[in-house]
Amino acid sequence: MTHQTDVTIEELIENFEFLGDWEQRFTYLLDLGKKLPPMPPEDCNEQTRVHGCQATVYLKERVINNGDTRIEFDATADAFLVNGLIAILRIIYNAKTPQQILDTDIQGILKQLDLEEHLSPTRRNGLHSMVKRIQSLAAAHQ
Amino acid sequence: MNPTATHPAAQFDIQRVRADFPILNELVHGKPLIYLDNAATSQKPNPVIKALDEYYRRYNSNIHRGVHALAERATEAYESSRRKIARYLNAPNQHEIIFTRGTTESINLVASSYATSVLKPGDEVLITWLEHHSNIVPWQIACEKTGAVLKVVPINERGEVEPDQFEAMLSERTKIVAFAHISNALGTINPVREFTEMAHRAGAVVIIDGAQAAPHMRVDVQAIGCDFYALSGHKMFGPTGIGVLWGRTSLLDKMPPYQGGGDMIQSVTFEKTVYNDLPYKFEAGTPHIAGGIGLGAAVDYLDALDAEGIMAHEHDLTRYATEQLSQIEGLRLIGTAANKVSVLSFTLEGIHPYDMAPVLDHEGVAVRTGHHCAQPVMDRYQIPATVRASIAFYNTRQDIDALVAALAKVQRMFSGL
Repeated sequence: MTHQTDVTIEELIENFEFLGDWEQRFTYLLDLGKKLPPMPPEDCNEQTRVHGCQATVYLKERVINNGDTRIEFDATADAFLVNGLIAILRIIYNAKTPQQILDTDIQGILKQLDLEEHLSPTRRNGLHSMVKRIQSLAAAHQ
Repeated sequence: MNPTATHPAAQFDIQRVRADFPILNELVHGKPLIYLDNAATSQKPNPVIKALDEYYRRYNSNIHRGVHALAERATEAYESSRRKIARYLNAPNQHEIIFTRGTTESINLVASSYATSVLKPGDEVLITWLEHHSNIVPWQIACEKTGAVLKVVPINERGEVEPDQFEAMLSERTKIVAFAHISNALGTINPVREFTEMAHRAGAVVIIDGAQAAPHMRVDVQAIGCDFYALSGHKMFGPTGIGVLWGRTSLLDKMPPYQGGGDMIQSVTFEKTVYNDLPYKFEAGTPHIAGGIGLGAAVDYLDALDAEGIMAHEHDLTRYATEQLSQIEGLRLIGTAANKVSVLSFTLEGIHPYDMAPVLDHEGVAVRTGHHCAQPVMDRYQIPATVRASIAFYNTRQDIDALVAALAKVQRMFSGL
């Protein structure tokens, strides 16, 4: 399983800016979701389930101790678009220390990506539920 | 089933009706609005909008206790709505029309006031697998409080409650039977009269969730023979936040109040309160006056339309949509009852309903995706969600064509994934 994402958050913001219309952005988002590494079925259980999303979402952290503690996230959903959102969250959060995760201005980044405009309020809630789960996992490993 | 065949709906003047609904001229994402989310809420015709506007602009006032001209006018308008609704539902008495916030509150009223005062441990409440959460959860709460048992009649693969299965689950233990007139998730029309007769033979009291029926057909509570009937104003072209519970006087009289407050009392001392007569016993506090008046305007509007023409038009549209959608590869219709109307619930192979929603939305097509507050129905078909297109009489075959075209776009966009 690869834990590396080949796109940085800056590149992601740039790519979204470059893609003018809604349809192109949507397709790009789906594409990001498609590249998401699969999550082992045994990791998809009630404990890793993220409620509050309309789609079925599982999210699990992996702690890497290499001098300092860094956290990586694996997640999967049964909807392509949600997988796209997961891919973005992975780009934003992966391999950060718990403190860095908690310090990340997630709302600011999402605003820069101009994603909010393309998400319905219920989907925004789903995205928010995933962010909250990531933040609480980070807090638990502080 | 031939979509090109002539049908009585051809006589229904759809363009004239559409002109009554200003919102149908809106653009969404730069495209004409194709509103197919009517089972969630219906749009409002000009007379309803005007009634709300006029109430607030010209005679806003509290009702029942004022002694001035505006209060009298508001009271008269509100009570005249009650009379209109009683007549529209063919209720024997206007005091049997209780204004509520909607179907959910109407059912909760019966579950809280009636059910908890009559149910005993071991008694049974019977519902069906088709029910909306608002016709499940209030009964679960009532059963928890009283020790009664909730029983559920299953549905078949087409999404129908089979009468013999329904009857088989009735017994002398059954005290309350609650079921939808029309399923919100599947569009199945239940044989309400037959079910009511069966339940009555078992000695049970019958409450019908009419939220999805009132917008599509003339409801006659005496012809159905039920004991309670619940509906929502906003689904039948009236305002949000107002609904109705109709109940038999003999039952309503015996029921304790649901909420306490102003307007529901005759006299209050710290020692004893004497409750008001029907319907006010169940209408504590200042009600949604504008909503009640607006619902009266909606009933007037529906009354003036050709009810048979509407039904024929909606059945034709449902048939047409079923045929058109069935031709889409990978599309699975959920709910194929022989007797159904207005709801087309479906999945597309390999594409989650939530993935379809934004594409449909950007094509101007308003539908609902999700479990439609009927999770047991989704579980029955082992699906997480469906896309639901739901029709009202102002919809056209062009609306269905637009939905089909938008779904073709969905399939194109997801074909590479």
